[in-house]
Amino acid sequence: MSTRSRTPFYIAIFLIIATGISLAVWRHIELGIPWLTGEQRPVWMVEARVDFDASGGSVTAALNVPDQPPGFHTLSEQAASPGYGFSILEQSGMRRAEWTKRDVTGPQTLYYKVQLIPDPDVRSLPAKVKPVARTVFWEEPEATAVREILEQAKQRSSNPQSMTRELIRLMQPDTGAQNTTLLIAGENYLDLLVDMLNFSGIPARAADGLKLEDARRRQPLLPFLQIHTGEQWLTFDPRTAEQGVPEDLLLWRQGSASLLDVVGGANSEISFSMLRQTIPAIQLAAMQSEETGLGFLSFYELPIEEQSMFRMLLLLPLGALVVAFMRMLIGIRTSGTFMPVLIAVAFVQTTLIPGLVAFLSVVAIGLLMRSYLSSLNLLLVSRISALIILVIFITAGLSVVGYQMGFNTGMTVTFFPMVIIAWTIERMSILWEEEGAREVLRQGTGSLFVAICAYLLMSAPLAGHLTFNFPELHLVILGLILLMGNYTGYKLSELRRFTPMKVYD
Amino acid sequence: MGWISPFTLNRLGMLNMNRRNVDYIARYNDRSAYPLVDNKLKTKLVVAEYGVKTPRLLQVVRQQHEISHFREMSADLAGFAIKPAKGSGGKGITVVTGRDGDEFVKASGARIGVDVLERHLTNILAGLYSLAGASDVAIVENLVQSTPDLARYSFQGVPDIRIIVFQGYPVMAMLRLATKASDGKANLHQGAVGVGLDIGTGKSLNAVQFNRPIALHPDTGLSLGNINIVAWDEMLEMAARCYEATGLGYMGVDLVVDVDEGPLLLELNARPGLAIQMANGCGLLPRLRTIENLKRPHFTPGDRARFAMEEFRKQ
Repeated sequence: MSTRSRTPFYIAIFLIIATGISLAVWRHIELGIPWLTGEQRPVWMVEARVDFDASGGSVTAALNVPDQPPGFHTLSEQAASPGYGFSILEQSGMRRAEWTKRDVTGPQTLYYKVQLIPDPDVRSLPAKVKPVARTVFWEEPEATAVREILEQAKQRSSNPQSMTRELIRLMQPDTGAQNTTLLIAGENYLDLLVDMLNFSGIPARAADGLKLEDARRRQPLLPFLQIHTGEQWLTFDPRTAEQGVPEDLLLWRQGSASLLDVVGGANSEISFSMLRQTIPAIQLAAMQSEETGLGFLSFYELPIEEQSMFRMLLLLPLGALVVAFMRMLIGIRTSGTFMPVLIAVAFVQTTLIPGLVAFLSVVAIGLLMRSYLSSLNLLLVSRISALIILVIFITAGLSVVGYQMGFNTGMTVTFFPMVIIAWTIERMSILWEEEGAREVLRQGTGSLFVAICAYLLMSAPLAGHLTFNFPELHLVILGLILLMGNYTGYKLSELRRFTPMKVYD
Repeated sequence: MGWISPFTLNRLGMLNMNRRNVDYIARYNDRSAYPLVDNKLKTKLVVAEYGVKTPRLLQVVRQQHEISHFREMSADLAGFAIKPAKGSGGKGITVVTGRDGDEFVKASGARIGVDVLERHLTNILAGLYSLAGASDVAIVENLVQSTPDLARYSFQGVPDIRIIVFQGYPVMAMLRLATKASDGKANLHQGAVGVGLDIGTGKSLNAVQFNRPIALHPDTGLSLGNINIVAWDEMLEMAARCYEATGLGYMGVDLVVDVDEGPLLLELNARPGLAIQMANGCGLLPRLRTIENLKRPHFTPGDRARFAMEEFRKQ
């Protein structure tokens, strides 16, 4: 047989590991699944409250609601309003929440709640139809004033953005110019700005923003100015000429539609309250995965019962890794190759000390009973079967006695895999007869040591978190195990075993 | 007991467990040939075709009801050995060396009734000694009478010779002597003495027990320094022939020398242990590489044995 080249094998392993890591990184970035447990993310809960007096007929209330506000992800939205029909409508690029009800009288209160996650990467959607500047007519003497101010702003600027900034500065009352005073006296300041910009050929509109501060009630909407540069809408503070959306500003309304329309009611009022919550990043990722459709790569959409089963199953590869490492690199002897992993899984459920006590007592009592069985000279299958039944008796007995004595931990024995314990007892007992108690002790402690190592690894919160939320990391474990299977060097135990060879060197 | 550096081991050419499994057993041993060596009955039948002698087969017990025939068959036998066909590491082997009235005398001197042997047969059939507890077959063989010049070194039990055969070339050999600690068994990890043998001459090199060098047998007190195996070339050729019989590239061949029949094959092992290197005081790797680098392998077992005697001679 020729010695095959190992290169393709190593390339394959490299690919497996690289795939695992890059998938994990991708999902971390895309879904925001955190690397560490316990990471918290802020979430803003904003509530809009609409009050009005119904006049007795049917009522339709339509509220403009945020549509992809820049700087935020919408996590969830809901409405609370007794007896009202509710739906969210999308009309010509506007999102509106609409409440409807027949025969309403008296004061009414409607709530709309939205959960938002701050994310600086989110930008507003580009407009489907490129907006054009509205035609505006002015009467004298305003027309002259407007023209002059616009001329001044144009002189000092080079593009729509700078023009807007300059215009806002010129329009400040403290500049003291006559033109400005004349204009501001007559009209709403923001509408004036919008009109002037449209007049100069720059598409502009008003927007409403909400300053997010923790635990505030009855907050007003702040007016903002938006212009379109040909590619996107830019936001300006109409008082300071500052460009861009501040981090804590939620643009509630963009575009020209009205904020609130109530048909069939009067004295309508709107107020906002907000709350900053923190929720675990992982919970957030789970909620988002449902929306983005990337959820198929994770277990979040499985029923909770299956999820918890997978949580356990996905820990097994870690145990296998520990066993592979201990046996192939360290050279610890265990009784039964993967018995330690199963014991470790049981330890995860019972926690270490109660698990160890329970395991040792079951095996010890089992060994005593097995020594009686061996004197009966039974056939192997019936001996093992009898042993399984005895093991169940022992665990039941320990549970009951433990419970009566007030140790709830006694109950945890039931987590141990009965058949595995029965086989362990059988093997130990044969080992005892053939090789003596020393070997039993040696393999027994070896198995327990490996089981405890596997337990410590598997019970680490980070391990559980990574294996469950990044199942693709198991490809890395697979790669490592394959690599270890290729290790032909000396085991640690062999460096001790072959020590007498020193004299021949 | 301290530690040895891996570089020293490398320099000595010590074969280790992982390398043995990956580079030799997995590469040179075809899985389909394993049943041949894991089942002593199959081994006996297949090597017989290649002229390798084994202890005479007296009876094969395949079924529970056949155990009653054992009583008739053993009625006039003085010595025999009961073995599980699929047993490993000498487990489940009972050796009866004589009779005392109705009772049988075991190698250890204990006297047992026929019912104990029948129960032992039942256990074998149930698979107590086979790998993974698979049901098994018991074979009853003629008792091997070891030649006195070798037998005197061993405490009870029959001394056997383990030869590592790599691609048909015998590369390393040792004599295994039972001790009180090993309970009359020739297993090194149970405390038997391993005596390295010079492939070129069949003369003893070093001896180890429990991985530690010794000069005298711990029970018989005999010096292990100048043991000389007779008919050495014949045994090497016999070992080499097992390669043709099984096709296993890396195996351990266990031979005994019977006083009447000469060298006999006891069993073959597809996963021979590493302790033979300690008994010989040298590593296997240089020898295995010599064979691997042979441009023109020899075709007959005799040629291969002679090549190995020349190549791996110590003195």
